[in-house]
Amino acid sequence: MRHLSIAALILGLAGPAFANPSVEVMHFWTSGGEAAALGAVRDKVVSQGVTWTDEPVAGGGGDQAKTALQTRIASGNPPAAVLILGQNILDWAEAGMLGNVDALAAAQNWDAVLPQAVKDFTKVGGHWVSVPTNVHRTDMIWASKAAFDKIGAPYPKTWEDLNALAPKFRAAGIIPLAHGGQAWQEAYMFEAVAAGVGGADFYRKALVDLDDATLRGPQMVAVFKEMAALRGMVDKNAPGRDWNLASAMVIKGDAAMQIMGDWAKGEFTNAGKKPGTDYACIPVPKAKGDAFVYLVNSFSLFAQTDPDKIKGQEVFASAIMDPAVQIAFNKAKGAIPARSDVDLSSMDACAQATAASLAANDKAGTAVPTFAGTHAAKAAIVGAATDVITTFFNSDETPEAATAALADAIAAAK
Amino acid sequence: MSGSAQADIRTRLQEWLPKLVLAPSFAVTLFFVYGFILFTILLSFTGSKMLPLWTFVGWKNYRSLWALDNWHTAIANIGVFASLYIGFSMAIGLMLAIFLDQKIRGEGMLRPIYLYPMALSFIVTGTAWKWFLDPGIGLEHILQQWGWTSFQFGWIKDGRYAIYCIVLAAVWQTSGFVMSMFLAGLRGIDNEILKAAQIDGASTWQLYRRIVIPLLRPAFMSAFVILAHLAVKSYDLVIALTGGGPGRDTELPATFMYSYTFTRNQMGIGASSAVIMLMTVAAIMVPYIYAELKEKK
Repeated sequence: MRHLSIAALILGLAGPAFANPSVEVMHFWTSGGEAAALGAVRDKVVSQGVTWTDEPVAGGGGDQAKTALQTRIASGNPPAAVLILGQNILDWAEAGMLGNVDALAAAQNWDAVLPQAVKDFTKVGGHWVSVPTNVHRTDMIWASKAAFDKIGAPYPKTWEDLNALAPKFRAAGIIPLAHGGQAWQEAYMFEAVAAGVGGADFYRKALVDLDDATLRGPQMVAVFKEMAALRGMVDKNAPGRDWNLASAMVIKGDAAMQIMGDWAKGEFTNAGKKPGTDYACIPVPKAKGDAFVYLVNSFSLFAQTDPDKIKGQEVFASAIMDPAVQIAFNKAKGAIPARSDVDLSSMDACAQATAASLAANDKAGTAVPTFAGTHAAKAAIVGAATDVITTFFNSDETPEAATAALADAIAAAK
Repeated sequence: MSGSAQADIRTRLQEWLPKLVLAPSFAVTLFFVYGFILFTILLSFTGSKMLPLWTFVGWKNYRSLWALDNWHTAIANIGVFASLYIGFSMAIGLMLAIFLDQKIRGEGMLRPIYLYPMALSFIVTGTAWKWFLDPGIGLEHILQQWGWTSFQFGWIKDGRYAIYCIVLAAVWQTSGFVMSMFLAGLRGIDNEILKAAQIDGASTWQLYRRIVIPLLRPAFMSAFVILAHLAVKSYDLVIALTGGGPGRDTELPATFMYSYTFTRNQMGIGASSAVIMLMTVAAIMVPYIYAELKEKK
């Protein structure tokens, strides 16, 4: 405490005098790895004499945090920094609720160090309203090396390979696909298949532009056909299962693969498993050229009037963008740094491969925003689509019927 | 002179005091219950998305609502859930109460055992039943380990039957509570009437059928009112037990309302679903309560 006040004093002498700069951070990162990741940012912020008020709202995807935020906004007392995903950032910016750190971003040249994919969700209307901590890749397969060794097969390179593996795993007493049957997980699986079977162009037209003809087209039917194949690879106890339990099935070798975003890596790391020797992290097969489905985590800065709080936001933003913090943060979180210019040599092979793939796809324009994580479309549309996807995955509906239902649901929610 | 004036103030104060004491809670109820009902009704006619917006769109939200498959699933599910839940809870509660009322030994110990589930929150009940009903770790798994290898009980993983799992857990939770309400009712029945009936040669069945159950009418009404509102607002049990799944097969109006209002940025549609829920409950409860109260007079 004493160190803190001394540090604050020094900082106060160095710049314009601030009584007590502070930052209130609202987030839903309450699991072990997530909390440790945020700890890296907090340490940096606190070391600069800024008071950190933690405002965690538990609940995986941040639904509860969203409700808490709405209440705070309604009462006219927005927190300084809030973890918000995708289009919600654009919505809040549109509502004029967000401040910015343009001066800091210009001074630190954020424009040059962040990939376009990240900028799409942090720089809105020319203003830096949000500060990115990390990028997740959602189109990933987590494969058990033991299971693949048991049937003597290589990791799948195409969807046909993957589909052909299923009976072999079944014969060996292994569940081909570990799956958590919750609606949101099925939505992430769907987008991975959409990028894999349909390719980046199709993905963009269908799920970002929401083009009705593409949504009703034969490629969408092909996507649902692959989903139907995957539907046949899961065990009957899948409905309702949490994603980390599905990861545990792969870790134990009871199941061969899981299709899940790269936050699953934390489960493998915590179980003491090493990429390459125990498990493999491979992007889902791509039938139409490379693609990369990304999810950006960032803290959005709500407009403040108190100079102490504005100062706190600046220190907070600067801390997040610090290369050392980005590395420390992402080692704990299991994602890759949002900055493209940091040295990744201390990170594991999965992170390095993902970062290289993001750089390549960002350049080629084949990095597409996550649909399930509400980057590609608004929450209302994602919700409506998720209903169709989860209904399809939990029934024996035909791919054709699901395609029509999806297009209808999206049209109705627009 | 002064004495009578004092007495006058005192009687007036006595007259006013209850009203004064009740006024704050009345005002709070007026604002937080009826005020917010009004607020929700207004919201349901607006184009509110993430935050309340006061752009009125007429009946659009209601039209969108009734065009949603999800809402139809929710309505069908609440029909199944509410009727089975209320029916079974009352039947089991009444049965337990009658059995406990047979002057048996250890009643003081048995009564709390049946009542305890009510002390749990629905989240705890939901999680416990989720594990118990899970074929991989629960009942099916255990019975198969004990040697009954053909035993199958996978309702919770099957969209056609999952709603019955919710009924099961909910009935387990509340039937003990219903029992205690009926038990109180049974204890209130005058023994003289029963003795008179017995002397007249009534069988036990006739005794209950013709005298006891009709006399329990107020208890039935309280139980119905409590169970009906529990059924309509059941949210936490579904979230803990199935999360609305498999697919959306156990969606109920309450889970629907929450997800549209707070997670899907469709507050207008969420509000309209809340209004429909309120109207449905009112349509069932108001005539019932009215009839019951009127007959008493």
